[in-house]
Amino acid sequence: MKALRYLLVKEYKQMFRNYLLPFFFVVLPFAMVNVVPRIATQEIKNLNLAIIDCDHSTLSARLMQKVSASEYFNLFAVCDNYNQAYDLLQRGDVDFIITIENEFERNLYRTGGAEVMVTVNAVNGMKGGLGNGYLTQIVMQYAGELSAENGTSVKHPVSVEPRYLFNPGIDYKPYMIPALMSMTLVLLVGFLPALNVVGEKERGTIEQINVTPVGRIEFILSKMIPYWTVGLFIVAFSMILAWKIHGVVPAGSIPLIFLFNIVYIFVISSLGLTVSNYSENMRQAAIVMFFFVVIFVLTSGLISPLSSMPDWAQEATRLNPLRYIIAAMRDIYLKGSTFPQLISQFIPLCIYGIVAGVWAVVSFQKNS
Amino acid sequence: MTDKIVIKAEGLTKQFGDFVATDHVSFEVREGEIFGFLGANGAGKTTAMRMLCGLSQPSDGKASVAGYDVAREHEQVKRHIGYMSQKFSLYDDLTVEENLKLFGGIYGMTPAKVKEKMADLLQELGFASERRTMVKSLPLGWKQKLAFSLAIFHDPKIVFLDEPTGGVDPVTRRQFWELIYRASDRGITVFVTTHYMDEAEYCDRVSIMVDGKIEALDTPANLKQMFGVSTMYDVFYTLARKAKRGDG
Repeated sequence: MKALRYLLVKEYKQMFRNYLLPFFFVVLPFAMVNVVPRIATQEIKNLNLAIIDCDHSTLSARLMQKVSASEYFNLFAVCDNYNQAYDLLQRGDVDFIITIENEFERNLYRTGGAEVMVTVNAVNGMKGGLGNGYLTQIVMQYAGELSAENGTSVKHPVSVEPRYLFNPGIDYKPYMIPALMSMTLVLLVGFLPALNVVGEKERGTIEQINVTPVGRIEFILSKMIPYWTVGLFIVAFSMILAWKIHGVVPAGSIPLIFLFNIVYIFVISSLGLTVSNYSENMRQAAIVMFFFVVIFVLTSGLISPLSSMPDWAQEATRLNPLRYIIAAMRDIYLKGSTFPQLISQFIPLCIYGIVAGVWAVVSFQKNS
Repeated sequence: MTDKIVIKAEGLTKQFGDFVATDHVSFEVREGEIFGFLGANGAGKTTAMRMLCGLSQPSDGKASVAGYDVAREHEQVKRHIGYMSQKFSLYDDLTVEENLKLFGGIYGMTPAKVKEKMADLLQELGFASERRTMVKSLPLGWKQKLAFSLAIFHDPKIVFLDEPTGGVDPVTRRQFWELIYRASDRGITVFVTTHYMDEAEYCDRVSIMVDGKIEALDTPANLKQMFGVSTMYDVFYTLARKAKRGDG
């Protein structure tokens, strides 16, 4: 293991002489933690709306005011007829059309009920669903107000008051940031090792190494350890950014976050090195890694919850190391989960680490 | 030169699919010898050399280098040899000094020993001022000399040189061969492939490979006599024009 020291000196020097890499190590976490949570939000705001007011009454005007005062909606146009509004929807200018019926005010006074039609563009299901929910809420509120004013009904409207645990504001950021940290790591300490060994193959320097008696474990460790340290730096740096920029701090233990990430970085950099060992050139390695990264990210629960996937897909995600770390990071950050509570995430990661580590060493061939 | 055999190949063969790159070659190299390994492009020289260096597994036959079997004990073989590949393979983004320290360390040399040998080597090559120069900014001839010096830095028993003077000017080639002689004087066996027939004349013994087989093996003087010609170029030409394989 004496040679390891010399190999490490070499790897660190090469890493920091490459002017691009250290730049990435700082800029990418910054972009991921600072920018992505702002742009990849699932809150729906600024929905464009067209209203057809067939009634032209005081009550219909009040409804229009209430809707356009909401932070969720912009009143894009008031139309005279449905065709005109539908045309706007077709063109993509608006996503919602509210039609207030002809005898809106009269019906309300006479029967205590009136109709409002909502047309929703559901091409983006999430946007449509949420927007419809918001609209319904506003209309119901308005109905409640009206009945209170008229004294037509004294009974309190039924309302559900949910209590949100762990993330009281249902803020998107504390949920996304811990997961984005894990994704940043895949891009840096998973992807870069994949280009490393194969890069030495392309430059021919691997020949000079292969003809020495250097051990395979030593060589692979010399490739792994620099990414390990860089990965842990990125975790620390991302945590500081999350705290300073968004005020997001873990509810649970920081050492536990590092424990998980030590294992996780080992897993992904081993996978990267394995891909590198099998590849003949950098392009090949990059394509294979790209495939893995996309699949890993999509099936990790980062964007869509695992529990809503079909059973077979849920089973398949067990092969995804990202799944375990994202679950663990979110639980530590939001719920303050402790090690015993996360053991079911920790053990699979460790098994994955052993398999990937052994594979990375075995696939490195000094003699073919 | 002694009578001790340090490289022994018996029916050494490497096959890639249907293509037999090296076809049952047998030869012996004695300790301290400068052994020239000649052949046209695609004759199978590099393949044979890679097997002897423990980089490639023989498909058939066997060979021993420094007393170790190249198929089974390749990591032992590697302890006792130096190798300079056809393609320059030192780290471009490390300095001269850093490359020497790295490979010295890999071969288990102590830092004190590395320092001492490095001072001698840089002195000998006239590289003292380039110690902290990035390897990528050295001229080709200097790179080749450095690569050779690095291949023998850990005092191996045998050094394998694969076309070490390819693309180098005649003056530098001459200097390069002086380095080879100096290494040979220190008792290092030199196994060298080349395309330059003047270089073949510098070797103690020469083998000529044609289409994966060794067609001739003797001292340059004996070969010239055997073929009734006056230069190694004619010997080579007589044998190599029979080759059916082209560039490859």
